[in-house]
Amino acid sequence: MPHTRPPATLLDLRKGEEAILDRIDLPDDVSLRLMELGFLPGSRVAASFRAPGGDPRVFRVDGTEVALRCETAARLHLRPLPKPGAASAT
Amino acid sequence: MNAASTLPVRPAGEAAPPPSRVVAVVGPPNSGKSTLFNRLTGLRQKVANFPGVTVEQHLGKLRIEDEAELDVIDLPGVYSLNPRSEDERVTLDVLMGRMEGVPRPDTILLILDVTNLGRHLVLAAPVLALGLPTLIVLNMADELERRGGDVQVEELARRLGAPVALISAASGEGYDTILQFLRGRIGIPRPVELPALNDLPRCREWAARLGAEAKYLPPAPPVWTRRLDSLFLHPVAGPLVFLAVVVGVFQTIFSAAAPLMDLVDRAVGASGDLVGRLLPDGPLRSLVVEGIWGGVGSVLVFLPQILILFLFIGLLEDSGYLARAALIADRTMAKVGLQGKSFIPLLSAYACAVPAIMATRTIENKRDRIATILIAPFMTCSARLPVYTLIIAAFLPETPLLGPFLGTRAAALLGLYVLGFAAAVVTARVLKSSILKSERTPFVLEMPPYRRPTLRQVGLRLFDRSKVFLRRAGTVILAMSILLWGLAHVPTKNGKAPEIADSFAGTIGRTVEPLIEPLGFNWKIGIGLITSLAAREVIVGTLGTIYGIEGEDDGAGLQAALRHDLTPAGAVALLVFFAFAMQCMSTIAVVRRETGGWTWPILQFTYMGVLAWVGAFVAFRLVTALLA
Repeated sequence: MPHTRPPATLLDLRKGEEAILDRIDLPDDVSLRLMELGFLPGSRVAASFRAPGGDPRVFRVDGTEVALRCETAARLHLRPLPKPGAASAT
Repeated sequence: MNAASTLPVRPAGEAAPPPSRVVAVVGPPNSGKSTLFNRLTGLRQKVANFPGVTVEQHLGKLRIEDEAELDVIDLPGVYSLNPRSEDERVTLDVLMGRMEGVPRPDTILLILDVTNLGRHLVLAAPVLALGLPTLIVLNMADELERRGGDVQVEELARRLGAPVALISAASGEGYDTILQFLRGRIGIPRPVELPALNDLPRCREWAARLGAEAKYLPPAPPVWTRRLDSLFLHPVAGPLVFLAVVVGVFQTIFSAAAPLMDLVDRAVGASGDLVGRLLPDGPLRSLVVEGIWGGVGSVLVFLPQILILFLFIGLLEDSGYLARAALIADRTMAKVGLQGKSFIPLLSAYACAVPAIMATRTIENKRDRIATILIAPFMTCSARLPVYTLIIAAFLPETPLLGPFLGTRAAALLGLYVLGFAAAVVTARVLKSSILKSERTPFVLEMPPYRRPTLRQVGLRLFDRSKVFLRRAGTVILAMSILLWGLAHVPTKNGKAPEIADSFAGTIGRTVEPLIEPLGFNWKIGIGLITSLAAREVIVGTLGTIYGIEGEDDGAGLQAALRHDLTPAGAVALLVFFAFAMQCMSTIAVVRRETGGWTWPILQFTYMGVLAWVGAFVAFRLVTALLA
């Protein structure tokens, strides 16, 4: 069940949920652009609003909000937060 | 320049400082760069393109009391100086003095959003590595304070090896520090070692460390942005607000502009009468009153409508709502093969295709960008309004359809907007599934916090737009009006002006008549179609001039004259023709520049022309059959 398994990609994050970005599985130019916007491996990412219909989605990262289509979000892989419950605002 | 010589850091190999100082304003998108630039230069700025590329350059002048004038260059918003996108390449080239025709900057103002300091500070590394005297301008000081953030400016300056100013570009707070810096009154700390520039994670760590050393306390997330987003991005309320905004904008354009347009119309009429009375009867009076006032005046009337449209686009953009609108529109745009970022250029194409086509440079994917450029002129631009309004008012009586909310005329107008939009959507689909097919590119869009648009910023934009419109009226439309008046008055017969049918203009009109007769147009409309190749609204001026020479009045007279020359079916055909045809020299020129050659503009002109002819033909036949 998705409730018990930790989220694997950004797509699995529910609104308000937070995780650590592990790696970006996208071509170099796209992933560099995402890194410039704050999607650096090791940074905290939280799911925020979605467009009506659920796609694209907005993510909160490094003090800003960035919209990504679901197909892109599915390529950003996560690792779980080090200490569950110790979530703090980014 | 003694002010410059007190700055310790100067590029090596420069013996004498240049006579005037050149300041470059650099910063990431949404850092308030343009607001600062506008504050520095006010009305003394001009917009052009950097030579050879599609990136807009804003140049302005700044005079600080009793000092020489400074040139200020506003560079495009960038996150890094890696020359990957065109914006970044241009920024780097200008800063290195490699951009032809642009003076090499000797001073940099690096503007960063202090509410997001960690991420924005990353850009300081490559900029400081250039070795030019640089002031780090931390913008949004008021927002930082309001949201409970803090930073120690002196400590940050010491760690960065560059002076730092904390300002608010919107309110002008801290602005004096920038002027002091430009006068060379602020000392520059010792340069520090910078991180390896090509290692983004390391640069980000460096920025984070500097922030910590300067006791940077990030502000609380913007409360109002969350609240507004929970409404504007609500699954049900969001799309409704979106629709309400779009419909509201159009409704206001038509209802609010009417009294202002009346006012301009009366002013044009009164001044024309006055000038007519001052001039002796003869060819000169005819040229001035019928040619110039009739031609240019009938177009000037539309200034209020165009300004109201730009006012809305400015407000939507400056407030941050436009990014949300792009988000909401993304799914719909994806269905025709485009992406949400195409929405912003397409929305501004309702005002004018020229800035819209320039705005497509935010779309990274080349094929998506060309597709957006090709469909942008189908959107009903403000230059079509005069034509639509005139024809609809001449042929369609006003009767309420939905009580006071919608009348027949507004409905017809709305229908024409839908027609243009449908043509754009179908064309996009065809292009994206054939010659411009591409991988779906990731849609990555930063959502800026909502901000209150400032009067100054919006006002400057409107001033800029009026200038462009009036320049067009004063050049293209004036020239066409004079040319047409001339063509309508030669060859003279027994020293008298000929009947318009026998004039050169009439001859030209009759030459194209066989081509347009199947659409229900006669030679007079033909003259209008030819002159409107320069700009769509010129046809109104042309018909004004032609009927003026024929002795009809303008205003209601122009409508009556049109009814005399066009059948209702012909009127519908003319509307359809204008909805589809690419009659605009400025658009053709900008497409050529943005696509780097004649291939796309020629293809586009031909395609739209054929579609216009076929569409008008079908409309003429259909309406003729229906009314028979």
